[in-house]
Amino acid sequence: MRNIFHFISQYSNLLFFIFLEVVCIYFLISYNKFHQSPFLNVANELSGSVYTQYNKLEDYFYLKKENERLKNENSRLLNLLKENFSSPDTTSQTHLSQLSFDTSNTLRKYIFLPAEVVYNSTNLPNNFITLHRGSAQGVKKDMGVYGPNGIVGVVVDVSNNFCIVMSLLHLQSNTSIKIKKTGETGKLEWDGKDPDILTLKDIPKSVSLQKGDTIVTSQYSDKFPPNLFAGTIAQIILEKSTNNYLLKIKTATDFRSLQTVWVIDNLQKSEQKELEERVKNKNE
Amino acid sequence: MSDLLRNIIRLFVFILVQVLVLNQIPALHYSINPYLYFLFILWLPFSFSRIGLMIFGFITGFTLDAFTHTPGLHAAPCVLIAYLRPFLINILIPQKGGEMNYREPSVKSLGPAPYATYVILLTFIHHGSLFILEAWQFSNVWYLLVKTLTSSLVSLLLIIIVEMLFSRKQKFITNT
Repeated sequence: MRNIFHFISQYSNLLFFIFLEVVCIYFLISYNKFHQSPFLNVANELSGSVYTQYNKLEDYFYLKKENERLKNENSRLLNLLKENFSSPDTTSQTHLSQLSFDTSNTLRKYIFLPAEVVYNSTNLPNNFITLHRGSAQGVKKDMGVYGPNGIVGVVVDVSNNFCIVMSLLHLQSNTSIKIKKTGETGKLEWDGKDPDILTLKDIPKSVSLQKGDTIVTSQYSDKFPPNLFAGTIAQIILEKSTNNYLLKIKTATDFRSLQTVWVIDNLQKSEQKELEERVKNKNE
Repeated sequence: MSDLLRNIIRLFVFILVQVLVLNQIPALHYSINPYLYFLFILWLPFSFSRIGLMIFGFITGFTLDAFTHTPGLHAAPCVLIAYLRPFLINILIPQKGGEMNYREPSVKSLGPAPYATYVILLTFIHHGSLFILEAWQFSNVWYLLVKTLTSSLVSLLLIIIVEMLFSRKQKFITNT
């Protein structure tokens, strides 16, 4: 017994070192679980408030770019107005969308909630974005995030006034997308290197592709409405081992200068999830 | 000012510079990722016990992790360099009892060449272990080596600038 105490006192530094390293690596490995712990909630609020102060200053440097983006977004939306379309032939009726009169939101599936980016990184292999909008303002876990130029990421954690978004530039990010021209669906991933380039694997060789083809969100995603811009094909590589294409995708969003984004709430998600669960349980 | 208070203030400054400046500037290249915050651990006083050093290292890494949302990623390399620090100092110290005469490691207290060795070695160890932990998910040894080398060089350049800008005035402590 005395020997054990002697051993512990002699190697206390080494044992303490090993203990701390094990704690660190445990956190690192189980960080998905860790996200739910109350400690991180406090940490989110604290780091969020520091970033908010910093962001107030930083915003001024990007005002011009942000103006440009908002102008583009506005003109795109103005072009969609029904007043822009008229036919000289009076016998053909213009079919107005019912949606513009739908004020009770019975048909609405997605709603866009604006949010301000307070922190954003691009130079780590796992990048997160902090938004100044949290559970008190209607953000929930697993919502999609859309920037003025294209999709940005998915909400992974929410505190009262802030939420953490797993950006597309994250090794575990995995977004359901399709090639607009041909309708092929796939998963958009990142290899952890260049923040401008994403990868898209397993597109069969039979699909005819060209550089510059548009990639949009697919209809299978329950986080994004279909046909939101995600990027364009920058490079087409034929993988010899699998005979599939490996596509390098230029991101639509410039992740280095994000200012305002929209969090996308899918209003019919819980209903869909419930139904899918029920069928799954029945089959078991 | 007591050692503890001085170091707590220093910790805040280092973390804020790392988070608000170095993590924000657009990278020259995606394999260059400079770090400066770990210099805080290299600057901790001689008087801290080894367990105290490791606790401070853990706190430093974990504070940065709270900002980058990567629990444990920076804490592990920080604990590692805090653990290795006393060994290196014991080897590099010029004459016996040098650590008694000065408060903390610096160019003056260790001498230019030993201090440079001390900083360079721990910088490479920090960056190497950090990128290995980051790379847990993708295994590309060459990319890892190049990234460690380039990032360490840029970090060392920053450390030189910091050492020149903030020359820590250190009194020679004597018993008389």
